[in-house]
Amino acid sequence: MTLQTNLEHVVSAADFEKLIQNNENVMIICGRMGPMCVPVYDAVEEMKHEYPHVQFRDMLFDSPDARVIRELPDCKGFMGLPFTVYFKNGKVVKATSSIQTSEQIKNILDQNFVD
Amino acid sequence: MATTDFDVIIVGGGPAGLTAGIYLGRSRAKALIVSEGAIGGQMNLTHKIENYPGVESISGYQMGSVMKKQAISFGCEIKSNAKITDIQLDGDIKYITINHKNTFSAKAMIIATGGKSRSLNVKGEAEFAGRGISYCATCDGDFFTDKNIIVVGGGNTALEEAVSLTKYASKVTIVHQFDHFQGFKQAIVEAQNHPKIEFMLQSRIMSFEGGEQLKRVLIEDITTGNVNPKDIDGVFIFIGYEPQTQIVKGKLELNERNEIIVDNMLNTSMKGIFAAGDARVTKVRQVTTAVADGTIAALSALEFLHH
Ligand SMILES: Cc1cc2nc3c(=O)[nH]c(=O)nc-3n(C[C@H](O)[C@H](O)[C@H](O)COP(=O)(O)OP(=O)(O)OC[C@H]3O[C@@H](n4cnc5c(N)ncnc54)[C@H](O)[C@@H]3O)c2cc1C
Repeated sequence: MTLQTNLEHVVSAADFEKLIQNNENVMIICGRMGPMCVPVYDAVEEMKHEYPHVQFRDMLFDSPDARVIRELPDCKGFMGLPFTVYFKNGKVVKATSSIQTSEQIKNILDQNFVD
Repeated sequence: MATTDFDVIIVGGGPAGLTAGIYLGRSRAKALIVSEGAIGGQMNLTHKIENYPGVESISGYQMGSVMKKQAISFGCEIKSNAKITDIQLDGDIKYITINHKNTFSAKAMIIATGGKSRSLNVKGEAEFAGRGISYCATCDGDFFTDKNIIVVGGGNTALEEAVSLTKYASKVTIVHQFDHFQGFKQAIVEAQNHPKIEFMLQSRIMSFEGGEQLKRVLIEDITTGNVNPKDIDGVFIFIGYEPQTQIVKGKLELNERNEIIVDNMLNTSMKGIFAAGDARVTKVRQVTTAVADGTIAALSALEFLHH
């Protein structure tokens, strides 16, 4: 199962590994179709063309394989959806919990994923 | 009149703004919707809308998506997640600047900026959002299974969400600043009779504390002024909504609650500027009323353009 967004989805743990190993800059939003998640998908859909050097994906929080995000040490203590994780060369550089504005997301992208 | 980029610029992409976009687009007016947040506005916070006539049940997100599709199909342009950094409402031509970069002009403007949930604005609130503090029970309730939590607020939403959170939490304490609730009788009685719910009335949270996660809050007893710590796993905040009218403050006439003052055709205090939906003075804030306002504001704007 995948989320009903216009973003590309991460559908399995294998897919996830391939994505973060083969791309320098990756952002994954792991959530549901809830009120705190939808604005984050929407913001990213809107801004993704401004960041062609970043791979944007989402992942269904309740899929068993989403443990690759849920169980990240960087997400320890998170108690709000979505869990949004930013990877550089396969390593987590930033993770946020719950809703974020597009300004907050852009700040993180600009700081961590310089073109 | 001089040429402008658009006939009408609509500020806000909730049901009021989207409806105005649909009506203006169908009337062949050149319309632009600019929304700071996601298209759909507060509808995105609603899991199910069941009181919109003609539609038995629909998620707020879906309803917003359909309205957006309709507006675009009639030729309305939409820019979401765009921050308005400057707005000029006086003069015959109105201007907005987005993200300090792009400026657009129009002959008329509709302000449909709606409302947003109020925050407590106390120490630690931003730091622990998503780490123990939540504003959405349906989104985050399951993170608090068998946990001890607080619900802040005394209206219908706080009372109903407190009851719904008992599905997960072992104990729910409702913290409310007054000695009585503002909710409907039925919601109050249901919360009062619930074995998992306790109350701290005439109390308010002064700050949030913890490490990786929220661990405790400092609560003031308003009657005595005493402040005591309370260990807690989570806090859900439901203390109502406030109009998002900061960008027009000082430019349009607002009432003491910062709601935009309008007449019955939704004219504001400035010629050519109309206001619709939750951002204007009104007692009823619903999708149906926002949609009605969007219609009236669009038709008023069209009339203004033709004269
Ligand atoms: C939890 C919840 C449940 C609800 N359930 C129901 C229900 O079941 N049925 C019902 O009828 N109603 C319900 N409502 C109420 C309903 O959602 C609102 O009354 C309605 O959405 C108001 O519409 P609006 O267009 O005026 O404003 P909003 O929906 O608030 O939309 C305003 C838009 O303007 C944007 N904006 C704000 N400031 C700016 C700015 N400076 N620049 C640009 N854009 C800006 C916002 O990002 C937003 O997109 C519910 C509300 C909530 C919070």
